[in-house]
Amino acid sequence: MSDEKTHIVPYRVYAFVLVALVVLTFLSIAITGYDLGKYTVAGALIFAVVKSFLVLTYFMHLKYDKPYIKIMVGFVFAILVVTIVVTFLDYLYR
Amino acid sequence: MEKVTHAPHDHYDAEASKIGMWLFIFTELLLFGILFVIYSVYRYLNHDAFHLAAAELDTFTGAVNTLILLVSSMTIAMSVTALQKNNKPLTLLLNGITFVIGVVFLVNKYFEWGAKFDHGIFPGSATLAETLSQGEILFFGLYFIMTGLHALHIIIGLVFIAVVMWKVARGKVHAGRSALLENSGLYWHLVDIIWIFLFPLFYLIV
Repeated sequence: MSDEKTHIVPYRVYAFVLVALVVLTFLSIAITGYDLGKYTVAGALIFAVVKSFLVLTYFMHLKYDKPYIKIMVGFVFAILVVTIVVTFLDYLYR
Repeated sequence: MEKVTHAPHDHYDAEASKIGMWLFIFTELLLFGILFVIYSVYRYLNHDAFHLAAAELDTFTGAVNTLILLVSSMTIAMSVTALQKNNKPLTLLLNGITFVIGVVFLVNKYFEWGAKFDHGIFPGSATLAETLSQGEILFFGLYFIMTGLHALHIIIGLVFIAVVMWKVARGKVHAGRSALLENSGLYWHLVDIIWIFLFPLFYLIV
């Protein structure tokens, strides 16, 4: 079991991911410092989405997991997106 | 899997453990996801008040706590590698680092909330009801609920990590039986992801 499916991730991969996450954090702090008006929220959320994608892919091992786990995770995030879209369709057009 | 080598009472199944943990994480994502929806709608309806209230929060403290959680996520991810390489002392050390900086997160949170309480900002306070607008009260209500629920998850995560460390030290969790450590890692990363969204929504967007 462990021989065929356990993938040992090298330490340096985690270190690189951390550096990327820290850089993205500082970028998101810098970008929200400017007055982008309506786009501030979108800008900050894009950085958050990229960061959580990195955490899910590398820290949470999804990159090395079987496809069905990735599909299930994607499905749950899709449910959240649909919920947010439908809620705002309601509030924007009532 | 390795059916032949398993003792009759040993029901260890790494993949089933992982699926179970993920299913639990899905419920957590939906729990916080709905809170994010509530936050978004109230922000849309009370744009100016949220703008004013968010300016009260200290971006520096929020940023420090973000860095703390990112580093702790890396150390617990590395501890899985250490365990798989049969390096027990390093596994314990990396889990210990995760635990200690997780406590530092809570200490920061304690001082942050304490400062708010000193200014009379806490759920149900007279200052909140008399001096702030409805929108600002909503913002602080959501702030305390969402960061409070997140802090509760940090505490649960710390207990989880402590239990796993004890089991690693006792040799019950090892390279051939690492699911519990991997699951505590998954839980800690979930807490990290939630904070990745809480930080910009409460501290950055002003």
